[in-house]
Amino acid sequence: MTEPLLSLRNLTVEFPTRRGILTAVQDVTFDIMPGEVLGVVGESGAGKSMTGAAIMRLIDRPGRIAKGEVILQGRRIDNLPEAEMRKIRGRRIGMIFQDPLTSLNPLYRISEQLIETIRTHLPMSETEARKKAVGLLDDVGIPDASRRIDDYPHQFSGGMRQRVVIALALCASPDLVIADEPTTALDVSVQAQIIDVMKRLCAENGAAIMLVTHDMGVIAETADRVAVMYAGRIAEIGPVRDVIKDAKHPYSAGLMGAIPRLGANLERLTQIPGSMPRLSAIPRGCAFNPRCEHVMDRCRIDQPQAAPIALGREVACWLYPPQSDEKGQTA
Amino acid sequence: MLAFIIRRLAQSVIVMLFVALIAFIVFRYVGDPIASMVGVDTRLEDQEIMRERLGLNDSVIVQFFRFIGNAMQGEFGISYRLQQPVTELILSRLPATIELALVSASIALVFGVIFGVYTALRPKAWSSAAIMALSLVGVSLPTFLIGIGLIYLFSVELGWLPSFGRGQVVDLGWWRTGFLTETGLKSLILPAITLSLFQLTLIMRLVRAEMLEVLRTEYIRFAKARGLTQRAINFGHALKNTLVPVITITGLQLGSVIAFAIVTETVFQWPGVGSLFITSVQVVDVPVMAAYLMFIALVFVLINLVVDILYYVVDPRLRVDGGAGK
Repeated sequence: MTEPLLSLRNLTVEFPTRRGILTAVQDVTFDIMPGEVLGVVGESGAGKSMTGAAIMRLIDRPGRIAKGEVILQGRRIDNLPEAEMRKIRGRRIGMIFQDPLTSLNPLYRISEQLIETIRTHLPMSETEARKKAVGLLDDVGIPDASRRIDDYPHQFSGGMRQRVVIALALCASPDLVIADEPTTALDVSVQAQIIDVMKRLCAENGAAIMLVTHDMGVIAETADRVAVMYAGRIAEIGPVRDVIKDAKHPYSAGLMGAIPRLGANLERLTQIPGSMPRLSAIPRGCAFNPRCEHVMDRCRIDQPQAAPIALGREVACWLYPPQSDEKGQTA
Repeated sequence: MLAFIIRRLAQSVIVMLFVALIAFIVFRYVGDPIASMVGVDTRLEDQEIMRERLGLNDSVIVQFFRFIGNAMQGEFGISYRLQQPVTELILSRLPATIELALVSASIALVFGVIFGVYTALRPKAWSSAAIMALSLVGVSLPTFLIGIGLIYLFSVELGWLPSFGRGQVVDLGWWRTGFLTETGLKSLILPAITLSLFQLTLIMRLVRAEMLEVLRTEYIRFAKARGLTQRAINFGHALKNTLVPVITITGLQLGSVIAFAIVTETVFQWPGVGSLFITSVQVVDVPVMAAYLMFIALVFVLINLVVDILYYVVDPRLRVDGGAGK
């Protein structure tokens, strides 16, 4: 078995506030294999973007990684000094943000932003970097790249800007790209193109993708595996096909039921009653228990841990008690 | 771009005409200038001759158009008090004021930006807290008090710097500068600091607030996520975006520095247009007052124009017709 590219081990992100410590991400554990596309889904505030930011160590103060490890190719990176971490950002792990309209500095030409990023990570001359930048813009599908490279961000449309953002994230050929809702702010007709561009380029470079989104459709088309997050915890993780067809966790089952399907003759889409708890009021036991239709007494007392139920599938739910040989770990 | 400049120029002309109207009303209706020029023993016939010579007997409309016509040629009449052409008077005082204003504006800009950036980048450090607390002093203490305080400390107690005047000046023909002599430079220090202090704290607080704002934006996060160096992010990406509003304020402040040099010039007996204005007010030397009003208005209008043009240079989003593509 190959070594995972990135491993999270019990990653926990906390925000100390006047009213106590809020846990935005709790005990998140998963691996990303080289070249793999891992989808991370959940509602707003489920901690999926925060997990991405924690990997990059870009959490805004006063948030901090309270516990756990981030391991990149066998090397712990969550405790690296800032100067070392900077060399990982952009070079080993690239990141794409949600809103292409605000991701680019409005006062600098695209060329300046690209060349600056390339030369920060790679030993290249101005001319070489510019050549590479034009190549990158070509790759992400910007027509007439050699001419448009000297334009300012406001001269591009939203979709084109997100292509530029992708080019910027891929400048130094990172091994992993964290895409934080890369298509949410875009027109529906452009979304598929952007996902295609991103997926194609990462596949060409052999880069893995951690695709954070709340759009199950995007996950279904793009990801190899999917992690479902709820209230800062992993609810379920597994191959995307299996999770969509046969979600085990009642929350992910509810999410999948909310995907409209062609041909399915439904009056209404299923919906999960209630809403996700605020971070300051996460219930005891399983965070989902007040909304769960299968809730049991145990769910209100003990917090279930993600445990394997089949090959490559883990669920954090008491409906699927851990196998006997795993019991010791989860108790 | 050109159309924009022409439009702004036209607006400037309208503003100047309006100011001219006010200046004229001041000129014509603030007291009787003859009364303030003559002594009690001047004969009425002599007063009447003066009135005629100064053109005060013509109709209001004629006087207004004559005022504008003369103003456009830089002609503002003759000072009642000094019996010299006003334009000559102002021009001879101008170098002192402009040198003072430029030096204090530079101090305010350089230190304002440095302190502003510093306090924004280290919001938690005690040094930032100290700078912020001190800046409150600069904002809230009146200029004359700061001036007097500085005179007391550096001139009276320590005896390092002169307390008044411009020191020795060098005549360059059309410009008398204090930059070239030691006493000239020494004399400049206290008034320049006094005049700059308020602007300095203002710019500093503006830069700090703006910088904190910019550092929270997505493009700074994205720049960090690309692994750019701290220096490139802070001084390249963040500072340039911070400077857009700073340009406006600094420009307008430069106007204020020239206009409100009055207090500082009075405290330090600085022989600039400000102190000329004050002495003219005291004796109701109306032509000087009117000309000063026009001059300050012109300064503000010109600076505004330059600021608007600078916007185009800094912010590409405003250059609608520029750039490639589309």
